[in-house]
Amino acid sequence: MDLKELLTIAAKEEEEAKEICINCCTAAGCNAANAVELKKNLDKAVKAAGLDHKIEVQSVGCMGLCGRGPLVEIDPDNILYEQVKPDQAASIVDAVNGGETTAIQFDMEHPFFAYQFPIVTENSGRIDPERIESYIAVGGYQQLYKVLYEMTRFELINEITVSGLRGRGGAGYPTGLKWGLSAKMPGNQKYVVCNADEGDPGAFMDRSVLESDPHRLIEAMAIAGYAVGANHGYIYVRAEYPLAIKRLNKAIQQAKKYGLLGSQIFQSNFDFKVDIRIGAGAFVCGEETALIASIEGKRGAPHPRPPYPSEVGIWGCPTVINNVETYANIPVILREGGEWFANIGTEKSTGTKVFALTGKVKNSGLIEVPMGMTIREIVEEMGGGATVGSTIKAVQTGGPSGGCIPASKLDTPVDYESLQELGTIMGSGGMIVVDSETNMVDFAKFFMEFCRDESCGKCIPCRAGTVQMYEILQKIAEKRATQADLHILETLAPMVKETSLCGLGQSAPNPVLSTLRFFREEYLELIESSHNGKVPVSAERIDKS
Amino acid sequence: MAVKSIKINGRMVSARAGESILEAAEDAGIHIPRLCHVEGVSDVAACRMCLVKVEGNNKFVPACMTPVEEEMIVETETPKLQEYRRMIVELLFAEGNHVCAVCVVNGNCQLQDLAIEVGMDHSRFEYRFPVRGVDLSHRLFGRDDNRCILCTRCVRVCDEIEGAHVWDVAGRGSKSRIVSGLKEPWGKVDACTECGKCVESCPTGALFFKGSAVGEMERDRDKLKFLITARQKKEWTR
Repeated sequence: MDLKELLTIAAKEEEEAKEICINCCTAAGCNAANAVELKKNLDKAVKAAGLDHKIEVQSVGCMGLCGRGPLVEIDPDNILYEQVKPDQAASIVDAVNGGETTAIQFDMEHPFFAYQFPIVTENSGRIDPERIESYIAVGGYQQLYKVLYEMTRFELINEITVSGLRGRGGAGYPTGLKWGLSAKMPGNQKYVVCNADEGDPGAFMDRSVLESDPHRLIEAMAIAGYAVGANHGYIYVRAEYPLAIKRLNKAIQQAKKYGLLGSQIFQSNFDFKVDIRIGAGAFVCGEETALIASIEGKRGAPHPRPPYPSEVGIWGCPTVINNVETYANIPVILREGGEWFANIGTEKSTGTKVFALTGKVKNSGLIEVPMGMTIREIVEEMGGGATVGSTIKAVQTGGPSGGCIPASKLDTPVDYESLQELGTIMGSGGMIVVDSETNMVDFAKFFMEFCRDESCGKCIPCRAGTVQMYEILQKIAEKRATQADLHILETLAPMVKETSLCGLGQSAPNPVLSTLRFFREEYLELIESSHNGKVPVSAERIDKS
Repeated sequence: MAVKSIKINGRMVSARAGESILEAAEDAGIHIPRLCHVEGVSDVAACRMCLVKVEGNNKFVPACMTPVEEEMIVETETPKLQEYRRMIVELLFAEGNHVCAVCVVNGNCQLQDLAIEVGMDHSRFEYRFPVRGVDLSHRLFGRDDNRCILCTRCVRVCDEIEGAHVWDVAGRGSKSRIVSGLKEPWGKVDACTECGKCVESCPTGALFFKGSAVGEMERDRDKLKFLITARQKKEWTR
């Protein structure tokens, strides 16, 4: 493969494109709503109408409005149909041909789409994730060619540093700096890892990228490999994402066949291969040191940092670990330039962020917005506000490691620092809207239960501390608690936060601390309505494990 | 060999490059509480007892796994650290079934010693009273999960000194348990050489010699140290 061949493929793809394209989302969300059947029916309907010369039905990735799937988009008319039933296929084909349709149309001018700034998701819902030609046609793999032939490793790393890109997995460490560290480490063997073990409840950004645009990730990982001098990449993806795994496998095979992975990529002296490692369902394996242990075939338990993986990673070799979304930004940064990217968003948090907007909100789904947009704009305008008959009480970000933003603070801009000030984190991008129906103690209890079950058990504060915190929350929720219990909870939470070994334990108390900060009265109400705090020891408390 | 000078609790201490804060403190006669650390095998920083404050670092660091650095300023006994250590011991007591009065190592137990050291006289946390098992299938030794604190000393000692790797950890979170072989009864594990190093290394009464009565069992902790010195320094003396 050389650049000419790559451009030929792109040109051929363009040439063969039909006049009208019916894009049918077949990512997990729409799939669950019977999109596969719909796609088949659309194919049949086009054939039956004798329009196959003019209309192509394409299976594409996520279009974002997951709460209203299955989605069908008509290109180039830019019409979006929501909640399409398989038997509406013929009527949609009719409409394309000038007729009428029974399918519900979604307004593309709605803030949900109008406010978006697609970088990571620029190809999602537009290309066929299972065909490499479809990715090449939109300029795919050209950035890999560019870095191999036009940039030195350090020019490349500088470009990423200039862009100000920060890790999208949650911690927000500058990506350019991370790559630079690994690049400067001595040693012949280095690794590049993609963390696709997205485990936060309510978060599905990475899944969407993997299912909608897998080649982008492979291209970005190869670029990272060139930057740090690694010839081997691992994608650590959770087993709960079978469609993503299938599409990744397919993408790797196609890239290999075209010589875009393997030895002497684009006839340069750069070799790179990618392997998939499938997680066995432990949330803690999203923590980078536990993830490395898991890739090595060991028990997925974290170990203390430093040394950081950039110095000592897989099998002791320098390893770059980035999240899916971080990688997905790379090709665009190289195409448009670091400066361009740095101008998007805020000064310290550049670029965009993909959020999975869920919970008690009208329009749930995936959105990509520039950093610095206020939470109010996201939730009330894009999300359309709370579901009918209720009001928004809080917005939770960062999953079990994050915290709540009360309704009074909805004008906070989303950037790493502002969220941290409120005691929550950007996290990987889960954004759960909580309405007045939900009790915040219950809400904190849900996340504590999650952390308790997902603690690996290695260090004591997390293993035993989460159990104790959960029990106290349970007591409060069941109106069995006293002020003394609240006091214990308030001393234990900071202790677990400050003494736990890894990020899971260090952040497990966050939902409690944050709800205590903003919704303390709900805790007190439940405690005061306890039977004067004099309740006999409940038998349920005894651990049956 | 490079030498570093650090300050622990206001005292100047000299340390070898690559040495941990814990080792440097020990040499200087400064005691840092610890539980999962055993000399001669790798550290895991799991018990969090040896956490110390290092100036310029906003998080506490485990002394056992943090190498000394030139001009490091370390505090080992801040009021906060003392409070947190006590809470850790309380959590440990509340988590398992630690009943000293009927334990083989009563009076010779490192968890008990630690409780006294940190001044723990009761646990503010509710006892969990978990239902855990006892494995008496081995000819010479027994294992009582009720007393296990998951320090993984036995796992590391068996793997790194004896080379048998009989022990490992199974399960997750509060359901984690030490298991022998492929989660078989200890007596059925062929890999076990019956050397007893795991028993010697256990800080509590979780691993014990069969036939010991309450408070009767003493551990020969120097045996492990002797083996390691013998191997590393070729000094065969006790």
